[in-house]
Amino acid sequence: MKIPYYPGCTLKTTARNMEISAIESAKILGIEMIELPRWNCCGVVASLTSDDLISHLAPVRNLMRVEEMNEEGLVENEYRMLTLCSMCFNTLRRSNLRMAENPEDLISINDVMYLEKGYDGKTEVIHFFELLDSIGFDKIEEKVKKPLTGLKIAPYYGCMLLRPKEVGIDSPEDPTIIQRFISSIGAEPVPWEAKTICCGSYHTVSNKDIVIKLAYEIITNARKHGAEAIITSCPLCAFNLDDRQKEVREKYLNFEPMPVLYFSQLLALALGLEGETLGLEQNYIDPKPLLKEKGHL
Amino acid sequence: MTDKIKKIRLTDRNVKFLEKVEEISGESITLCDQCGTCSAGCPFVEEMDITPSQLMREVLLGQEEVLRARTTWICASCFTCTVRCPRMLDVSKVAEALRQIGLRQAIDEIDINIIDREEYRKMPTIALVSAYRKLTG
Repeated sequence: MKIPYYPGCTLKTTARNMEISAIESAKILGIEMIELPRWNCCGVVASLTSDDLISHLAPVRNLMRVEEMNEEGLVENEYRMLTLCSMCFNTLRRSNLRMAENPEDLISINDVMYLEKGYDGKTEVIHFFELLDSIGFDKIEEKVKKPLTGLKIAPYYGCMLLRPKEVGIDSPEDPTIIQRFISSIGAEPVPWEAKTICCGSYHTVSNKDIVIKLAYEIITNARKHGAEAIITSCPLCAFNLDDRQKEVREKYLNFEPMPVLYFSQLLALALGLEGETLGLEQNYIDPKPLLKEKGHL
Repeated sequence: MTDKIKKIRLTDRNVKFLEKVEEISGESITLCDQCGTCSAGCPFVEEMDITPSQLMREVLLGQEEVLRARTTWICASCFTCTVRCPRMLDVSKVAEALRQIGLRQAIDEIDINIIDREEYRKMPTIALVSAYRKLTG
């Protein structure tokens, strides 16, 4: 099965390890992720205002590319647009919803894109977790070669996969989809309170003390519940929870570091992939000692 | 005690400010009950000078000084309040409208040039793009 895939800027840079491990894992699951031939910025943190329509131009242009891919035969009657980055997912799905609910907005945007074919509203934005769910986590389990037995993982949802409710992939208060994913690869999901708390997001750029405090609270909560690692699908959460542990350690002397991985890295490992495909060198807190200790590397 | 109570007489200017925020945000701010659910669940409330429910009240009363509150810039649109408001109001949209009122006058909240070069290099693209989109006009 071929599916249009929207990567976004960060998956080509600091989150390269999420992209490679996801693409290779998908292949094992019989899915070929076809990158949009001409994608642009998702338009991240889509404007929340009622009047700032121009900020929806970038996401809608990407949505239109999926229709073009179908017309050009790159994919066959496949209007789902697969995303990995939680922030891209949220932005694209929100814009798509706004266009569906306000056809006059879409007319205005198509007018601006008058040199292109225009968007017909056919695209459906999905996240990789939803794709796995549609395949069935029991089917994923059947493909697992190396179950990650004995590994206690805290599923970190953050904001963008769940909120606002109308674009979320699961319940905004008590989601289970990542727990079910963790179980399917043979690891143990840890129940914890901080799974849906914001990591501080873009404050990491100009107000990083906020992020350092939140990262400390989130990781400490995971540890309190027995987690040995945290997984996420957001490159910004990953930076705030992983790389910012440098500053967390400097500020909180009792703090013990914890590896933070992309979900796809563990999926790839469980599916029997190894080496560069896992991209474990790119993680700030080295997850290799933990994985070796558990006998998975 | 009574002399400590701030008396507010609503003027046309106050009403206009409320209408402006309602227009940009698309939210009917007068529906706010002041129940405080948004403030109770906000992960950033400790960093704020006024709570999200106070912010709503100030806007409702058309108090333009709310534009100077640190709260509007601390709100990172995590939508925790959005999914919990019993009146189905979206406080994050109200905060966005307040930010936009400033940004549309070309008053940026951050100066890109003062970000530490070392930090700049290691930061994910998405962090920089989202910060610039949220905090510059």
